[in-house]
Order: sequence, then structure tokens, then C-alpha cells
Amino acid sequence: MSKKPSATIEQKPTASNTSHGQAPINAALTQAQKIELFSQMVRIRRFEERSHRAYTGKNAAGGANIGGFLHLYNGQEAIAVGCCSLMGKHDHVITAYRDHGHAIAVGMDTKALMAELYGKVTGCSKGKGGSMHFFSPERNYWGGHGIVGGQIPLGVGLAYGVKYKGHKGSAMAFMGDGAVNQGAVHEAYNLAALWNLPCIFVIENNGYSMGTSQARSSAGDLAKRAEGYGMAWGVCEGHDVYEVRATMDKFLKIAREECKPAVVEIRTYRYRGHSVADPDNTYRTKTEIEDYRRTKDPIQVFQTALIAEGVLTTESAEKIDEAARAEAEAAADFADASPYPTPEDIQKDVYWESDNPDQRTSQGRLFFN
Amino acid sequence: MSQLTYREAVRHALAEELTRDPNVVVMGEEVGQFQGAYKVTQGLLEKFGPKRVADTPISEAGFIGMGIGASMLGVRPVMELMFWSFYSVAFDQILNNAANVRYMSGGQINCPIVIRGPANGGTNVGATHSHTPENILAAHPGVKVVVPSTPYDAKGLLKSAIRDNDPVFFLENTVLYGEKGEVPDEEYLIPLGKADVKREGKDLTIVTYGRPVIQSLVAAELLAKEHDISVEVVDLRTIRPLDIDTVLASVRKTHRVLVVEEQKPFCGVGAQLTYMIQAEAFDDLDAPIGRLCTIDAPAIYSPPVEAEQLPNPQRILKAALALLD
Repeated sequence: MSKKPSATIEQKPTASNTSHGQAPINAALTQAQKIELFSQMVRIRRFEERSHRAYTGKNAAGGANIGGFLHLYNGQEAIAVGCCSLMGKHDHVITAYRDHGHAIAVGMDTKALMAELYGKVTGCSKGKGGSMHFFSPERNYWGGHGIVGGQIPLGVGLAYGVKYKGHKGSAMAFMGDGAVNQGAVHEAYNLAALWNLPCIFVIENNGYSMGTSQARSSAGDLAKRAEGYGMAWGVCEGHDVYEVRATMDKFLKIAREECKPAVVEIRTYRYRGHSVADPDNTYRTKTEIEDYRRTKDPIQVFQTALIAEGVLTTESAEKIDEAARAEAEAAADFADASPYPTPEDIQKDVYWESDNPDQRTSQGRLFFN
Repeated sequence: MSQLTYREAVRHALAEELTRDPNVVVMGEEVGQFQGAYKVTQGLLEKFGPKRVADTPISEAGFIGMGIGASMLGVRPVMELMFWSFYSVAFDQILNNAANVRYMSGGQINCPIVIRGPANGGTNVGATHSHTPENILAAHPGVKVVVPSTPYDAKGLLKSAIRDNDPVFFLENTVLYGEKGEVPDEEYLIPLGKADVKREGKDLTIVTYGRPVIQSLVAAELLAKEHDISVEVVDLRTIRPLDIDTVLASVRKTHRVLVVEEQKPFCGVGAQLTYMIQAEAFDDLDAPIGRLCTIDAPAIYSPPVEAEQLPNPQRILKAALALLD
């Protein structure tokens, strides 16, 4: 196994890795469930591609469709889909700003997601969050956070809440490989291990913290740092959804049953830049990107496996892809046609109290203009 | 009525709310076994057990963030910062996560957390431990900021803060912890955002909060006795939401205002207050608004000089007399 997958891409057959498909958690999947996992991965890919086109294109008025940053998930789809497919009633998810894939994997409506990117009032955060700040608490999805590593203590808090309420559950706190050097992450590791909280810290290691490679930013092995906190840890490949599920299932069971945290590094790769604004030609080569796509593309890998299993045919895979494209297109049309929030909306959703004036108990001015 | 210290009043509020609501937990450095660095939480671990009263490591970003995450799931954490000065270590958690999560989620997520602890100078602990960040905190829409001056206010306001569905930052004062005052034996709440006229007067309004309320009352007594000047002291009690109406009513009565705060002047709470007073009561003012702050430098250690850097009754008296000249 290459220590730095991003720098040294191994040539591997485009197929599911060895025996992970036979792991009990995967062997138990019905054909329909396998197709659903595949479909989710394709839907994420097509959503991201469509949002990229929207970002670089212009709207009817000649302005930008999408403002700010856009961090795309292309190449990493098997991670969000694999992990979120394991969620039960009391399992929670929180992630950083590359959050579109997780949102789709927990079941959020792509129309509301695209509308959020467009800054429309029909967006999942009413146009107040943007690309980096998707939330769906009713699906146990707690964001969508913009500051590198800042969401990880919140993830520990979710795990604390699960344990405090006596639920058998967990929190999966996702971060990129750049986040592992933030102090807040280490404080969170210590608390989770010290208090036996059911938190799985998932490092989606795509090899680059923005434009700085792992070799240039992080000393030692990423997940192994868990040993310093007496935590279990593991590493797996992120291009194989079966492997992601098999690995995460093991740690999630320990979290739910024994209230024990763990750190799991999932090795992956992103096809687009850190964000769309990233010129993506200063720190890696096109060959490196193409090598990964050719040998480890998570959708291709899973498609090949499912065809070999007789679950999919080339034709049925194509239909799923067509449906995903159509869904992304419909999401963009919905976003485009939706209204923006109004200036009157700016001061809504700031305080619970100002949004619930009939239940307000405080007095005095909350706003100052 | 009982005579309680400010410290006891805060402790009673915590104990009553821990008893009332099983979702309330108290967490922080040394709050349990050590009995609280300032003994505010003394006895709570014994009474409520380690699930409800939890000692955290010295790890403010970690444990404050954990509390914020838990509050999103409906736990009501009351987090102690041993000193509010340590807020800077948890700044990202407090002001990016607690303050913003409701807004960024389009109102889907609430953050019913209380962060409390002392925020004051005057104890010769130097610049790192003497910050008064109420202005910095209150500058963030989404949060509420409370600075009580008496045992009665501290108890009633903390109970309201714990029941509040928005993040509330509660700033106490180590110099006041031992001060006694009357506190009702029966349960009571004080709404956030309601100022209190601590002394009525007709010649000058002092608008203040926190420990300078106590100092202003001393100065007002001296002004009455030695200079025959009648001073009204308005205690804001809460910085955000702000009870500007009570302030304006007093200004319309006395026509002269001195703002006193244990803050550095630049962008302090008093800067906002003076703006609002002149904007809304310009024609009622007989003199420019006066302002007395901590002298603008990092907190000096030297004990006798620190007392002069901060507001004190003599400095307040001089500033009041200058306004009335």
C-alpha cells in the first residue's frame, strides 16, 4: 500500500478490491440496496458537475449563478455514500466545507441543495449558508462547516449528546487531511478518548490540504496519531465503497456497543481543485489526476463490480447515469427559477427568540440598525 | 429573603436549574472534584453526580465546542470558563459555531448553551487574565451577553439564561463573588434585556453594568453628600439584548449622561451606547455625553496602579463633576 497515494498512484485493476464485497455488511445488501449505493454515487458526481457548470457559467442577467467558494466532491463519492449508508436512527454526521456529497448521501433534496448554491430562498438554508453550510438536522446531518477542523469538537459534542441521552448511536466527524494539524482536532481526540464518547473521526485523505501535499504538511501517519490518545484507528481505501463500508462498520459497531471512539483514515483523491477558484496546476500534474481516474475512479470501480455480480448491466448503469444528469439539470432549473431571499429576510433566523416573538421572554433590543 | 454572596447566588441558580431540567449539565475546568476554581460550583458534584457536573481537561476549544455540539442535540450545557479571558482559546467555537449555526442553517438548529465565568480586572493577575470581552462578544448577532452586578441579579439572570434557546454568555466578576446581597427564598427569574435603576436621581444619569455599578453607587452617595448632586444609576445588566428604553427615559429626566464601563474605550460597549443616546435623545442632552473607561493599555500588574487604571469611585466622581461644571 502506498503511503502517499496522491503522489504515487499505483496501477490497479478497475475493480472492487479483493474480498470486501464478501464482508458481512456488504454480503447482506440486496440488489436494490447495491443499486441505490451506486445511484447515490452517480447522483453526487452529476450534481457536482452541474454545479461546476453553473459556477463557471452566467445567469440570464449576465451575472454569476453561484457566488463564493465551491468545493467539489468528485472522486470522493464512495466515502460519503459508504459511511452514510451505515447510519441508524441515532447515528449523526458532521463534516467540513466539502459537504455536498454527504448531504446527498443522507438524503437531502438536490433541488434544495442547488438552490442553496444559487443563494435562493428555496435553498436548504434559505440562501443563508451557501456551499459550505448545508444542514439537515432531521436527517442527523449537522453541517457543513467552513473553518478547517472547527467542526470536530462539535462532532464530539454530538457523540456526547448521544451518550448523555442513553442512545445507542454514534457521531461520524469528517475532516480532510489538512484538518489533522489543527489544535481543536487534537483537543477533540483527547475528550472523546478520555470520556469514551462514540465518535468516529473520519479523515478523508485526498492527499492535499488545499495546495499543500500531505508530505509537505503532516508529520508521520495521520490515523496513527490516535495511538497517542489510546484510540483505535484504521486506514482504508476510499475508491471502493465496499471497503469503506466494511471498515466503517467495524468501528461504528464498537462505537455503538462499547462507546469507544476511533480515527479512520480513508485514502481518496479529488479530481477538481481545492475549490473551483483553484488553478490546480501549481501543485500536481494532470497525469496524476488522470492516473487516479483511470485506475481508481470509485464509480467505475463499483460499476465494474456490480456488473460482474450481475446486479447491473452497462445499459442499466447508463440509465442511472441519465437519471442523475436529469436530476441535476432539474435541480439547476429549480434553483434558477427560484426567488432570492429579500432584504427583510436578512435579520430572520438570527435568534430563536426573534423568530418566535410570541414565546419571547427577554426584553430590549436584539438588533442595532 | 436571605443574605447570599454573589458566588452563592450563582451556585443556587445552577443547583435549581440542574434540579429542574435533566438536560442541564455543568462542565468546565475544576468545576467538580476541585469544587470550582472560585468555589462557585462547590458541592454540585456531590449533589448531582459526575454525569451532571463534569470536570473537563484544560482544553477550551475542545470542551466549549463539545458543549455547542451537545446543545445542538438538545442538551443544555452550562460551561464554565475559569476566566472569560480564556475565551480567546475557544474563539472559533464561540463566535463561528455557537453564534452562527442557527443562521447558517436557515433557522434549523438551535444552540441553547450558556458559557459563564468571571471577566474582570482588579485582582492583579496581569493582562492575560483581565480581559472584559463583553463588547467583542456582543458584536456578534445571534448571541446574548449578560453582566450582573448583584447577587439578586446574578441568580435571576442566570436562571433565565439557562432556559434561553439562544447562546448566552454570562460574565461574572471575581471581585464581586464575596459581596453579599438580599436574595428571595422563593424562585424568581429576571428577564434578559431588562435594565434596572439601582438609584434614582435627577441631575445626572450614570449608565453602567457589572462591578462599576457598585462603584458608581459609592460615587453617587459621595456626590449627594459632599456636592448635593442627585445621581441616577442605571444598571444595564444585559448588554445584548439592550434595554435602551430605560436608558433613554433616564436621560430625558436628568439631561446629562456619564457612561461608566470596565472596558477599554476603543469600540467598547460605551461607544455603542453613546451613539444610541445621541441619536435618539439629542434634544434632551444639556451636555456632551461623558465616558469613563479603563485606562487604555493592557491591564497593568502593579496592584496600587491597577486600581487607578480601572474605574473606581474617585475616578467616577471626578468624571461626574466635570460633566456638571
